[in-house]
Amino acid sequence: MSAADAPPAARLLAPLARPDLAGHLSAYGPPPFGPAGSADHEALIAAVEESGLTGRGGGGFPAGRKMRAVAAAGRRAGPLRSPAGTVLIANGGESEPASAKDALLLSRAPHLVLDGIVLAARAVGATRAYLCVHGDPAPLRAAVTSRERAGLNRVPIQVAAVPAGYVASQETALISFLNGAGAVPSFVPPRPAERGLHRRPTLVLNVETLANIALIARRGPAWFRGVGTAAEPGSVLVTVGGAVAAPGVYEVALGTPIGAVLEQAGGPAEPPQAVLAGGYFGGWLPLPGAGSLPLSARSLRAAGAALGPGVLVVLPAASCPLAETARVASYLAGQSAGQCGPCTQGLPALAQALGQVAFGQPGPEVLRWTRDLLALVRGRGACHLPDGAAGLVASTLQAFAADLRHHAEHGPCGRAARPPVLPLPRPPGSGS
Amino acid sequence: MTRRRGAPAELAVNPIACQAHGMCIELLPELITADPWGYPLIAPGPVPAELLPLARRAVGACPTMALLLSSRGPDLVTAPDAG
Repeated sequence: MSAADAPPAARLLAPLARPDLAGHLSAYGPPPFGPAGSADHEALIAAVEESGLTGRGGGGFPAGRKMRAVAAAGRRAGPLRSPAGTVLIANGGESEPASAKDALLLSRAPHLVLDGIVLAARAVGATRAYLCVHGDPAPLRAAVTSRERAGLNRVPIQVAAVPAGYVASQETALISFLNGAGAVPSFVPPRPAERGLHRRPTLVLNVETLANIALIARRGPAWFRGVGTAAEPGSVLVTVGGAVAAPGVYEVALGTPIGAVLEQAGGPAEPPQAVLAGGYFGGWLPLPGAGSLPLSARSLRAAGAALGPGVLVVLPAASCPLAETARVASYLAGQSAGQCGPCTQGLPALAQALGQVAFGQPGPEVLRWTRDLLALVRGRGACHLPDGAAGLVASTLQAFAADLRHHAEHGPCGRAARPPVLPLPRPPGSGS
Repeated sequence: MTRRRGAPAELAVNPIACQAHGMCIELLPELITADPWGYPLIAPGPVPAELLPLARRAVGACPTMALLLSSRGPDLVTAPDAG
């Protein structure tokens, strides 16, 4: 099957005859490099702005605006201080346990990501670039080497393996790690766009965002807007998991109804009760009702969930939503970097309270304490781990009020003993 | 942490630096209370002009320099995961 036969949303995951550099170049042609410092660089930033591309790592910030900020900060910082230039970090760390799209993209279309890195780096005046990934960096290092031989790496790219951990791929944590310290978030200001890695203005973009930039550079913003909605154009990679017949990563147009996305993944494998949208910083939406909701950051936020890094997990009716969320809350509490008191103290307390709600018989004081804890952790960390955990628990209390009442009156339901549906990485020390 | 002249000042805590010494809670109970673990909870919004001297004193008294007085208080937390 050629790329032309693929469904219209298959852009990043358009089938290639070969995933190597030769296959990439024959499908897409060479990346359009203008001469260094030329107007082409400003033109690419303008094209990305015009395309409406937003960050695909979970933040959803307009990518063009981010590029423009770093390019401007680089000009302000000037070329005289050593080392000169700005820095680009491609974030493929994918610490969200329910997400698999970055790893899939890096294995299926590594050269689209690498094109995006070089194009975006040159556009913002970066003199070096880092590609941060989980797992084995060797295949990507080989891909980088093959490009060096072809003269395609106008900016040197270093592939770095970042340690596991939910906050390790947070923007400031990546910078801290590459600066030689721990992969833990730091407290900004200054923002990375002003002063990040090596104290230089630093552009951090998700690998899917960069792959889109590689296509916008070739085909233009109007092409990019050919799928998706006017407010949120383009396609998005979605990791569909849980009780669906064919879990996996799917590329869909933004604005596609959630029900249609789930159908692409084979549809529900058993009667569903809800879908977790946005991963562990997202929220629960009831099924089948949420099936008609468009998959976009705006509509999901309005419904009390999130697009996040493009995650949908279907919870079957036979599973206990309180037990599922309690396990995730425990996991998130264990992911605290231990830097901020309200997170270090509050997340374990929140996980314990929700554990009592799910597996004990919660009295009104436990429910009140759980709600109090939400307010006590929100907005009180250097990163958004406490906010995300509180948001997920708040969404659970709201979406599953009937289950809460049932647990309060009768104790844990029989469904609490079912094997977990929401994926969690194995704890460290249990082997990988 | 510069403050523009005339801009309303807001208190903020650097949550990494804060070690719950509680000096600010002692010195400025009008705006800062303790959470169940002894970490400061700051009343939202600008610091009233009459409390500014006390707020500056609390900032100066923090042993870990975690209490900040600036014109961009709510803006301090990092952006969400890299987009």
